[in-house]
Amino acid sequence: MNIISDDDAMNQQILVEKIREDFPIFKQKVRNNLDLVYLDNAATTQKPRQVIESLTDYYTHWNSNVHRGIHYLSEVASDMYEKAHQDVGKLIGASMEEIIFTKNTTEGLNLVARGLEQKLKPGDEIVLSRMEHHSNLVPFQIIAKRTGAKLKFIETSNSQLLDIHSAEKVITDNTKLVSVPHMSNVLGSINPMEQISEIAHEHNSLFMIDGAQSVPHIPINVKTLNPDFLAFSGHKMLAPMGIGTLYGKASVLEEFEPLLYGGDMIRSVSYESATWNDLPWKFEAGTPNVGGGIAFGTAVNYLLDLDMHRVRRIEHDLTNYLIKRMKETDYVKIFGPEDINHRGGVVSFNIFNKDGMLIHPHDVSTLLDEKGIAIRAGHHCAQPLIESLHTPATNRISFYIYNTFQEIDYTLEVLENIHTMFS
Amino acid sequence: MDIYRENIIEHYKNPLNHHPMEDATLVDEDLNPLCGDRIKIWVKLDGSTETVESMTFQGNGCAISQATTSMLTEVVPGMSIDEVESISQEDIRELVGVSLSPVRLKCALLGIKVVQAALLKYRANQIKNGE
Ligand SMILES: Cc1ncc(COP(=O)(O)O)c(C=O)c1O
Repeated sequence: MNIISDDDAMNQQILVEKIREDFPIFKQKVRNNLDLVYLDNAATTQKPRQVIESLTDYYTHWNSNVHRGIHYLSEVASDMYEKAHQDVGKLIGASMEEIIFTKNTTEGLNLVARGLEQKLKPGDEIVLSRMEHHSNLVPFQIIAKRTGAKLKFIETSNSQLLDIHSAEKVITDNTKLVSVPHMSNVLGSINPMEQISEIAHEHNSLFMIDGAQSVPHIPINVKTLNPDFLAFSGHKMLAPMGIGTLYGKASVLEEFEPLLYGGDMIRSVSYESATWNDLPWKFEAGTPNVGGGIAFGTAVNYLLDLDMHRVRRIEHDLTNYLIKRMKETDYVKIFGPEDINHRGGVVSFNIFNKDGMLIHPHDVSTLLDEKGIAIRAGHHCAQPLIESLHTPATNRISFYIYNTFQEIDYTLEVLENIHTMFS
Repeated sequence: MDIYRENIIEHYKNPLNHHPMEDATLVDEDLNPLCGDRIKIWVKLDGSTETVESMTFQGNGCAISQATTSMLTEVVPGMSIDEVESISQEDIRELVGVSLSPVRLKCALLGIKVVQAALLKYRANQIKNGE
């Protein structure tokens, strides 16, 4: 990840200024004529004009159904839609037939849970972690209840990462699936995927990565991480809402039953039976989100042009600076890994008044919002994890490619005012 | 920093009547699932006049939810059950004295919600016991 040298820092700032130009939302004011400081990127990112234009371009010029019409528009739209699968594949080192377009990460995770359900029997085990987003927890709770399979959890190490020793203990020959987050949306931990992947496969288990927070932010190659499945959301990486991807290894997808049945996913149908279409279409029943898919392709190309190493570098520098400045105060508690190399651009924290009393995150985010600063406060769809941190909730700042050091300075200034106000 | 008038922060830091009550007539609690704000209340009733004698609370959560409940413990004693039941959203807004977004209004309403639910149960029990 060091293709960019340190004396490039200045160039990087200029680059970020240029990136910001692409995002129309930063040209408008919020509340009482305030600049928008958008630090809630783990929830969803803003969209560059290229992506917005790509969506309107499809509906303006190419709107038609895909894979059906023997006519000009349908042919072009089908090509564009397939090309988008290729582009998303390129981002993670996969081929087109391994890229299933979904609505979001949640749909991908559920698709695998439901597909697996048909193969599970009592005594089988599903291994998750202690840092799950609800979407990688609840679907498995349900199928475990229905099939009599057991849920097991990889513990978190002192360095706030998934603990390899725990993984070695928890994953056994009874394990049918290991599904864990590459990057925690609460702690920011970048977890050791390669090792867990290896352990899972040694026991002939399937291995799934919840990539909702990693694919948008760090370079990823499915050839090295070797997951059987990888789920992520377009809206967290510049694309519109309502489009996401489930990557599946071709050999595994061949064996998996589709989740939905209908048009587009079949090869031939009689009144009695049907056979399934080729990958990935077998898993994309019905008319898909064509415009969203095409715009997803555009978003991915935007990131590829920028280079994912550069994306990581921008966020790394911002995160490093934020944490350093926070540590200079005596009223901020930061959650997550100490080691910046194992942390993505997500910083959960709490602030206290001078007597050490917690200033509740909802109050903090309301007061930041009055100054045009958008952050997240609450349990971040990871209630069990938040409870294990012994705090009712946290504040969360999360970065993307358009955030600046000035925005951090401004946010810290407002945090200081809040601290004073409550003291 | 308009919405956080000094008195809200004062109530948050030093909440009034912030303890359990041993001889309470009613005890109840509720939480705001969105935020995790939690409030438990104790109310002592004078059965003959159907008025609230005293109220205490404990809980944790944001300044708005805790401060509003703290303010309620001053306002509610002396009121009849009917009067407490008729406290409206508008009344709470006035009590807080600052403008609240819909999400934050829920925080402000948590305390009164618990009190009113407790009184409703009390009334339902009275009817069941044929009083
Ligand atoms: C780690 C993680 N997994 C899954 C999800 C679910 O993503 P979506 O809501 O786009 O389906 C999120 C989103 O917040 C997430 O952070």
